[in-house]
Amino acid sequence: MNFLSFLISGVSLGGIYALIALGYTMVYGIAKMLNFAHGDVIMIGGYMAYTLCSTMGMNPMIGVIGSVAVCTLLGVTIERFAYKPLRTAAPLAVLITAIGVSYLLQNLALLIFGSAAKSFTSVVSIKGISLFDGELVVSGETLVTIVVSVVIMIALTLFVNKTKPGRAMRAVSEDKGAAQLMGVNVNATIALTFAIGSALAAVAGLLLCSSYPSLSPYTGAMPGIKAFTAAVFGGIGSIPGAMIGGILLGIIENLSKGYISTELSDAIVFSILIIILLVKPTGILGKKISEKV
Amino acid sequence: MKKIIALLLSAILVLVCFASCGSTEEAGNANDEAVIRIGGIGPLTGDASVYGTAAMNGAQLAVNEINAAGGINGIKVEFRAEDDVHDAEKSVNAYNILKDWGMDALVGTVTSNPCIAVKDEAANDNIFLLTPSGTAVECIDVPNAFRVCFSDPNQGVASADYIADNAIATKIAVIYNSSDAYSTGIYEKFNAQAGVKGLEIVAAESFTADTKTDFSAQIQNIKNSGAELVFLPIYCQEASLILNQAKQAGLSVKFFGCDGLDGILSIENFDTSLAEGVMLLTPFSKDAQDEATQNFVKAYRENYDEETLNQFAADGYDAVYIIKAAAEKAGITADMSASEICDALKVAMTEISVDGVTGEGITWTADGEPSKAPKAVIIKDGVYTSMD
Amino acid sequence: MKKNIKAVKPATKTSLITYAIVAVLFLIVIIMDATGAMSSLFRGLLVPICTYAILAVSLNLVVGILGELSLGHAGFMCVGAYASAFFSVLTEDTITNAWIRFPLALIIGGISAAIFGIIIGIPVLRLKGDYLAIVTLAFGEIIKNIVTVLYVGIDSKGLHFSAESSMALGLEPDGKNIIKGALGITGMPKDSNFYIAFAILLVTLIVAYNLVNSRSGRAIMSIRDNRIAAESIGINVTKYKLIVFALSAFFAGLAGVLYSHNLSSLTANTNNFGYNMSILILVIVVLGGIGSIRGSVISAIILTALPELLRSVKEYRMLVYAIVLIAMMIFNNSEKTKNLRSSISLKKFAEAKLKTRKGGTK
Repeated sequence: MNFLSFLISGVSLGGIYALIALGYTMVYGIAKMLNFAHGDVIMIGGYMAYTLCSTMGMNPMIGVIGSVAVCTLLGVTIERFAYKPLRTAAPLAVLITAIGVSYLLQNLALLIFGSAAKSFTSVVSIKGISLFDGELVVSGETLVTIVVSVVIMIALTLFVNKTKPGRAMRAVSEDKGAAQLMGVNVNATIALTFAIGSALAAVAGLLLCSSYPSLSPYTGAMPGIKAFTAAVFGGIGSIPGAMIGGILLGIIENLSKGYISTELSDAIVFSILIIILLVKPTGILGKKISEKV
Repeated sequence: MKKIIALLLSAILVLVCFASCGSTEEAGNANDEAVIRIGGIGPLTGDASVYGTAAMNGAQLAVNEINAAGGINGIKVEFRAEDDVHDAEKSVNAYNILKDWGMDALVGTVTSNPCIAVKDEAANDNIFLLTPSGTAVECIDVPNAFRVCFSDPNQGVASADYIADNAIATKIAVIYNSSDAYSTGIYEKFNAQAGVKGLEIVAAESFTADTKTDFSAQIQNIKNSGAELVFLPIYCQEASLILNQAKQAGLSVKFFGCDGLDGILSIENFDTSLAEGVMLLTPFSKDAQDEATQNFVKAYRENYDEETLNQFAADGYDAVYIIKAAAEKAGITADMSASEICDALKVAMTEISVDGVTGEGITWTADGEPSKAPKAVIIKDGVYTSMD
Repeated sequence: MKKNIKAVKPATKTSLITYAIVAVLFLIVIIMDATGAMSSLFRGLLVPICTYAILAVSLNLVVGILGELSLGHAGFMCVGAYASAFFSVLTEDTITNAWIRFPLALIIGGISAAIFGIIIGIPVLRLKGDYLAIVTLAFGEIIKNIVTVLYVGIDSKGLHFSAESSMALGLEPDGKNIIKGALGITGMPKDSNFYIAFAILLVTLIVAYNLVNSRSGRAIMSIRDNRIAAESIGINVTKYKLIVFALSAFFAGLAGVLYSHNLSSLTANTNNFGYNMSILILVIVVLGGIGSIRGSVISAIILTALPELLRSVKEYRMLVYAIVLIAMMIFNNSEKTKNLRSSISLKKFAEAKLKTRKGGTK
């Protein structure tokens, strides 16, 4: 019973990691950059929903839509003003810029919303279920998180594989120059990728804050790093990889907390990551890089 | 081109440093002016900023009140707060800035680890240090350092005593933050005292600063352990998450906390029904009916955000009044140097008794520890109610 | 005489300029100290500036010279800081002379960090690019995580270790708990000072420049530029990668020793030994120019002083810092500004002037 309980909360946490990791991995696949500000977009999404629902007292649905819209806009804006000028620069320069954007978002939130943590009202109104005479309780947030992440993953896979913009994204990630020659609008495609990634981050942020209802300017930092780990774990650039990596990471984290040590759970997660990368140097589903001589 | 820019920048930097020296020199000379300078250090940005902001607001409020009432021994007081981001290195930088400014006494630092680093610097320079909320034992192990709050061991022992003496529970689970000195400090002493008092610790769960959102595994383990009471020697932000997740997981036990839990009711948008029946030992409660507390709470609300009105704000507020009391006792005058002030205050601290918002008749021993009685409060109908 | 100067190799010239800059800065500090013109803040910043400069130069060996991204540099610093602080607290009563104790602490800190560098270097050999970055990040986080739950004490029966609490150590009454989990180590003797820190910075610079300009350095850079080509001409990639990792870790360890002996409280959290610190060092390196050792030193000075100089803007401090960081990155790297800069370049301006003058005299 314990195992089942740890597993379910692990899948729920992993689902959130996976949604964030999808944003990382899509942006990486297309723009070849690690968007370290991604975790902070989550936090902005949380604050947006908080402002709309709790401060202005609107319907949770409006909060969800509003926060997704704002994050999408934010993602595109960041790309336009901070990353686009550096399209041809060294990857490390873009990485540092992303870190700068991350500081910027955190400190903006600190100035606007204050340092004190806020308690987030769950956007989920479904009641939890209690099984086996109350021995196993699955909260509504957990259920919704699992369902939403599965639905989004399926939808995203279909989008990338079956639609025209999806095909354009794959083409750009394969070879930017060739895609451009074939008439793909590279800038628009990259902007679209940032839009989708940031929208996913907003959803992940809402689920994160609903399950663990505390919101501060630093809420997004740690999940961001974990999700980045998950993306690499699954093979960065690969969409199914990010999903598997995220969910596995959540499960490992929760099981090691439950059975081994809560203090060392991070050390355990990272050790397993290292071992997996030693066996499969490009992650679980990563493409094998062929070396040109 | 790059070289020129690099050289230019470093030259500017050196100049700026020189310039800042110049201005501090002036500040140093200006020390003769009739004013007492009190410095404050605490995290004003970063994830511990809520504590620092509260304490510095509280101190500023006290300084404003004192100045309005004519100052200390008729001398005006100036207060300057510097940010340390809850980092020892930055804290020493902040201390040096305040020293350049001509600080006569320090209210700080707010958090324990930076405080340990700063107290050594202050001891070297012989500047009086009064930490509002540095709870670790090592924070005040120099002669010139005192504190307003309880120490960690003090709280752990008091909590175990209270639970045992009032027969609240015998099977106890603990959730503590293993990456935080405050939390581990209380837990260790609580654990030791629990053994003495015949309390059984059935589960000791922990979390770290990096894993402070998901508590489902810890709660599940506590559920299995059959604990009657969960002891939470942690801060209110994590506690609010634990209470929420405990409810979701169907864990219904009593919760008991220390002063870090104070402020849980004022977390914006927190569902206070979750905290119903939570007990805590705290020196300050903003719903207390005594006049001093009510005046402080009213004045704080007029000037600052409600969400930082917590025990830290009260500690910062009291710290300034304690310095005032000691300075008056010692007969501090404006022409004394920081070192002379420190020597005088050190002696005066052991002779005064202060009625503040965090306790009545607080006295100090030469080792810097305050002696005051913790108040046990229980949350009933969404407000703190005294248990005594 | 003039000929001699011209005969100096460009590589040597680069290093000489750096030494000259560092020496001038050193002299300025000495003069300011002697004339009493130095503020406490500036005095307090001297050791941190040297520490960050050493960290940046050592990370630059991995990022700039070897061409691998490392996100766990703070982990090595952490190992050095803890190992040496442990040693110093342990021997504070037996070795009372700081001039003997501190060099020993430096050696211990550096070597233990270097050992970790080799341990981490081994998996690194199998990985590339972002996968390597994540493994270094993971190692850094593991080190930080373990250090925060580590309890070590000593009594008449020897050393005691625990990963639970100080009670679990089971110390005798005369025992002393040295590493106290989350509380870390307290009460280190304040052995770091500017002269030692400066000396170590000089050593770091000398070693870094000599490595870059040596046969090994050229081999390492050839691995960075084209690993397969380097391998095909018989360069032992494994050996050189391990050398760089160990060397870089060694100096990061030394920086850790300086850090821990400059403060009396040592704890491991995200901001000083975790991910955030690793990123901060990386920011210094990238801002100074990847591969440029002199750039690392200069940008370490700027980025350490900047947050302190920005204190006057109060709560906007970190916001301004972030904006400055983004602006500097875009200014330095964007294509548009590159064109703009070259068009207003001072050098070109000077050359043009020179040409007209030459033309005039003719």
